[in-house]
Amino acid sequence: MSAPRAVVIGIGNPYRRDDGIGPALIAALRPSCPAGVTLAVSDGEPSHLLELWDQAPLAVVADAVLCEPPAPGRLHRSSALPGRPAAAGSTHGLGVPDAIRLAQALDRGPRQLVVLAVEAADLGTGPGLSPAVAASLPRLVRAVLDEVQRVRPDPRRR
Amino acid sequence: MTHRSRQLQVSALARVEGEGALRVVVEDGQVRDVQLRIYEPPRFFEAFLRGRQYTEATDITSRICGICPVAYQSSAWQAMEDACGVSVGGQIAALRRLLYCGEWISSHALHIYLLHAPDFLGYPDVVAMARDHRAAVERGLRLKKAGNAILETVGGRAIHPVSTRLGGFYRAPAAASLTALAEQLWPALDDALATVAWVSGFEFPELELDHDLLALREPGCYAIERGQVASASGLEFPARELGQHVTEHQVPHSTALQATLDGRCYLTGPLARYTISSGQLSPAAREAAAAAGLGPACRNPFRSIVVRAVEVVYAVSEALRIIAGYDPPDPSFAEVPPVAGTGHGVSEAPRGLLYHRYRLDPAGRIESAVIVPPTSQNQAAIEADLREVVAAGLDLADDELTARCERAIRNYDPCISCAAHFLDLRIERR
Repeated sequence: MSAPRAVVIGIGNPYRRDDGIGPALIAALRPSCPAGVTLAVSDGEPSHLLELWDQAPLAVVADAVLCEPPAPGRLHRSSALPGRPAAAGSTHGLGVPDAIRLAQALDRGPRQLVVLAVEAADLGTGPGLSPAVAASLPRLVRAVLDEVQRVRPDPRRR
Repeated sequence: MTHRSRQLQVSALARVEGEGALRVVVEDGQVRDVQLRIYEPPRFFEAFLRGRQYTEATDITSRICGICPVAYQSSAWQAMEDACGVSVGGQIAALRRLLYCGEWISSHALHIYLLHAPDFLGYPDVVAMARDHRAAVERGLRLKKAGNAILETVGGRAIHPVSTRLGGFYRAPAAASLTALAEQLWPALDDALATVAWVSGFEFPELELDHDLLALREPGCYAIERGQVASASGLEFPARELGQHVTEHQVPHSTALQATLDGRCYLTGPLARYTISSGQLSPAAREAAAAAGLGPACRNPFRSIVVRAVEVVYAVSEALRIIAGYDPPDPSFAEVPPVAGTGHGVSEAPRGLLYHRYRLDPAGRIESAVIVPPTSQNQAAIEADLREVVAAGLDLADDELTARCERAIRNYDPCISCAAHFLDLRIERR
């Protein structure tokens, strides 16, 4: 059995409306997950993320973001690593950008990291995505599949 | 204004669980006011539990916190079983304690390594610390993983366990899965001992708190998931009498209630637990504590990081002890038929004592719910501590004093989400 070529991590809380886009992505990918792709849902806790993407050829991280001015449902792609500490905004003390920086410091990051961020409209309490974010899900799924299809298994990996 | 007037604002105080703010007012060189403001919107858990079934409280209240869901589950099922006159013992009780050990290990490892240690070593955060102390941070991550492994094996997943239920577990883990878990925990015991040695070498400012301390006590073991409530001042009472001693009251600056013990400010958490039950630690944890320079009591909040490390040693050794004696319970849960009445539950969340009280109708519907989390209880003590930190540091520049206040707050590992999220810090000098 070949080593996983990619891990796709959906970050978020399905009980905080559009923050559930990450878990919704993983649910949408599960029935037809490409071979060699590991799917995972995470709340963004750093040690869990480090575990999930440690040395993976590719990690695709999907999360919700708030932007100003807002355009709910708009998809942003970034492969740039954060250059400075993010402002505290996580209830867990450290956020996803901190996890990425920590992984770099410990050499426990993926070889390639792609962050796909969907602009949220509503991060209030309760389940269910807003119409704009729900409508973006098929585009997000296609974007993830495009990313993982570019990466081949690494023969050096167990 | 004739007074010197200066205002300082830090946009976010990181490395605490949740969102809140600190406001300090200094007037004519005197500390006039210190307010730990918890402005996270009230979450109304106690209100929306009303009318729900008694079987639902464990799952609903576990959602209060992603760091200590087992604590919420434990206090909830204990209260419900108390109301219904059911006592759960044997292997089910042992599994519950094992699950709780996992939460202690995971939560403490997170706080020690990722949130608290950078304060002692002079780094702004764990990322900067990791560049110079890579092996230590790796050790912390391994410990957290070991705690999570317990939670996943026993609870079904690391956050908001799903295999737990009133009366026990939907499914008890197979003996083989716990044997495999033990293989992971033996190296974790070495990591835990190394953690105590590491943090004991930090420099600790001299500070002795004189607040009363409140924690659970249980004969023959270091209390975690149950016990009698005991204070350093000599009080001891069962959970059902907690309401007679602990009074919650509202303060205008916070959405969390504050609590007093017989009218006095008090503290729960690692320092309280250690001071009340250090004699009940496992031999490995006791030896580690002694080697780290801890006596039978500890009242220095800066040393709370050492106490947490000792508690990780205890939790790992206790988990190994439980696994060694494990025999899968069958059935995996006790039947808990509903009984009208009031039940009380109390357990030691990683951050301190967590009390639940429920009143049930004959059909098992919840008529009232009271939840007293540790951070609410500790809020007044944190404010009192901050008052002293500010008073002692008035000659410091604002940024230095701010850093010292942030550090003082992190000594208590407050979980603001539990109590009512980031911390905005403002010092007003008038």
